[in-house]
Amino acid sequence: MKVLKDLYYTKDHEWLKVEGDEAYIGLTDFAQDSLGDIVYVELPEVDDEFSKEDAFAAVESVKAASDVFMPVDGKIVEVNEALLDEPGLINEDPYENWIAKIEIADKSQLDELLSADEYEKLLDEEV
Amino acid sequence: MVAKKTPLYDEHVKLGGKIVDYAGWFLPVQYEGLIPEHEAVRNAAGIFDVSHMGEVIVKGKDALAFLQYLLTNDISKLVEDQVMYTIMCYPDGGAVDDLLVYKFGEEEYLLVINAANTDKDIKWMIDNKKDFNIIIENISDQVGLMAVQGPNAEKILQKLTDFDLSTIGNYHFKRNVNFAGKECLISRTGYTGEDGFEVCTKAEDTVEVWNKILEAGEEFGLKPAGLGARDTLRFEASMPLYGNEISEEITPLEAGLKFFVKLDKAEDFIGKEALTKQWNEGLKRKVVGFELLGRGIPRDGYEVQKDGKKIGHVTTGYMSPTLKKSIGNALIDTEYAQLGNEIDVMIRNKPVKAKIIDRRFLKNR
Repeated sequence: MKVLKDLYYTKDHEWLKVEGDEAYIGLTDFAQDSLGDIVYVELPEVDDEFSKEDAFAAVESVKAASDVFMPVDGKIVEVNEALLDEPGLINEDPYENWIAKIEIADKSQLDELLSADEYEKLLDEEV
Repeated sequence: MVAKKTPLYDEHVKLGGKIVDYAGWFLPVQYEGLIPEHEAVRNAAGIFDVSHMGEVIVKGKDALAFLQYLLTNDISKLVEDQVMYTIMCYPDGGAVDDLLVYKFGEEEYLLVINAANTDKDIKWMIDNKKDFNIIIENISDQVGLMAVQGPNAEKILQKLTDFDLSTIGNYHFKRNVNFAGKECLISRTGYTGEDGFEVCTKAEDTVEVWNKILEAGEEFGLKPAGLGARDTLRFEASMPLYGNEISEEITPLEAGLKFFVKLDKAEDFIGKEALTKQWNEGLKRKVVGFELLGRGIPRDGYEVQKDGKKIGHVTTGYMSPTLKKSIGNALIDTEYAQLGNEIDVMIRNKPVKAKIIDRRFLKNR
C-alpha cells in the first residue's frame, strides 16, 4: 500500500497535506483499495465548518457507503468538483485526487495525527 | 463459531477472491471487481460458487401432500424434471424462506433453500411434519453447487457434455448428466436475469468441475463472480432477496409475489388463512421500484418519507451497473405506491427526490 512521507494520517485512513494555514484532505491508498471501485462522491459546501472527526463527505462503492471524517477542526475553502463526474479518480490516484481543501482552525491538533511511519505501522497491524 | 468453507474455498483464494463471512460461510464478495464481474454476466458469462445453499430431499408416500401443506405454490402442477419457485410461510403469512422445488418423482422432491435459513428451514419442516409419511434428508454437505450465468453459458457448458443442453427448458432440469466427466444435476435456473444453468455435483467433484468450466469458458469471456455481483444482478432482474424484499415481517403478497401464492389451491397451507385475509382486505403496504431523481445512492435500510413523514424504507438499492442510474426497491404504505408518484429517500439525513417506477428494471434493455 502506498503511503506518502510528507503527509499526516488518521486511523480512519484519511490523509492531510498542510499548506500554510490550509490543508488538502483525501483518502489513502488502503482506503480506496478496501472500498473497491468508487462510483459516487458527496462533497461538502464551501464555507461549511466541521469539527475533528465529523463526517464531512461521503464516498461510495457499489456495495457500501463510507463517511470521510475531518482530521482536524476546519472550514471548507474548496472542493474537488472533478470527483462528481469522475468518482473513480480516487481509485486511480488517491493522493493526487484530494476531496476537500480546508482552513485549519487549530494547528495544534496536527500533533494528534499520525505520521507516515505511524500510519504504516497501523496498516501492518490491520493486515 | 467459525464460518464454514465450501468445497471451492481454496479455488477462490487462488483466484484472488476477497473472502468474507456470508451467513456463516467464507465466500468471495468479489475477485476482479464487482463491476467487471457484473458486466461479464450480462455480456458473456460468470460462474458463482453457490455451494452454501441448503439442499433437502423430501421423500415418501406423502411427499406431495406435505409440500402442499408447507408451501404457498401449487406443487401438484410440477411434472418430473421441472422446477418451481415458492415461498414457505408462517401462520401469520410472514415468510420462513423462499426456495426452489425440483420434482424427482411422485414421492421424491429436492428443495434448494437459502444458506442463511438452512437450519431454520429444516427445523420448521421437521416441526411441521405431523403425521405425513415422509423422510426429510439434509444433503447440503454432500453436494456442491455452481451457477453459470450469461448469454454464453450454454455454449460454454455444452463443451463439457454430450448431452444436448438445449433440451433443458427454463425451470427444468436433468439428473445424472455426464458433465465434465462427473455425474451432475443440471438445471436451467439462476438468480441473475440472464440465461444460465446451475450445476449440482457430488461435493468431492466440485473443484474439478469448477476448474473444467473455467477452462472451457475462457474463450467465451467467462469470469468467476462473487457475492457482490450476485446481489446487483438479481436486484436489477427484479428478483427478491430473503431478508430484504421478503422476510418474517414482509409477506409474499407485500413483496409482489402473489403469483407464487395459490390462495385458491384446494389444500390448506400454512399461512393460507392469514394471506387470504390480507389479500381480501387490501395490502396496507407493498414493495415498489423507484428511481432517484437527485444525486445519491439509495441503500437498504434507508428511510423513505413523504412530506416529512416516514412511509417506509428501502429494501435494496444500488447505482445500477447495467442501467447506470440509482434505483431501488422500497416497502412503503400503499397509499403512496402508485407509479409516477414522488417520494423522498433519506440519504445521510437529507431527503433526495425519487419517483416510483416499474420494478422490471431491465424490461427495455
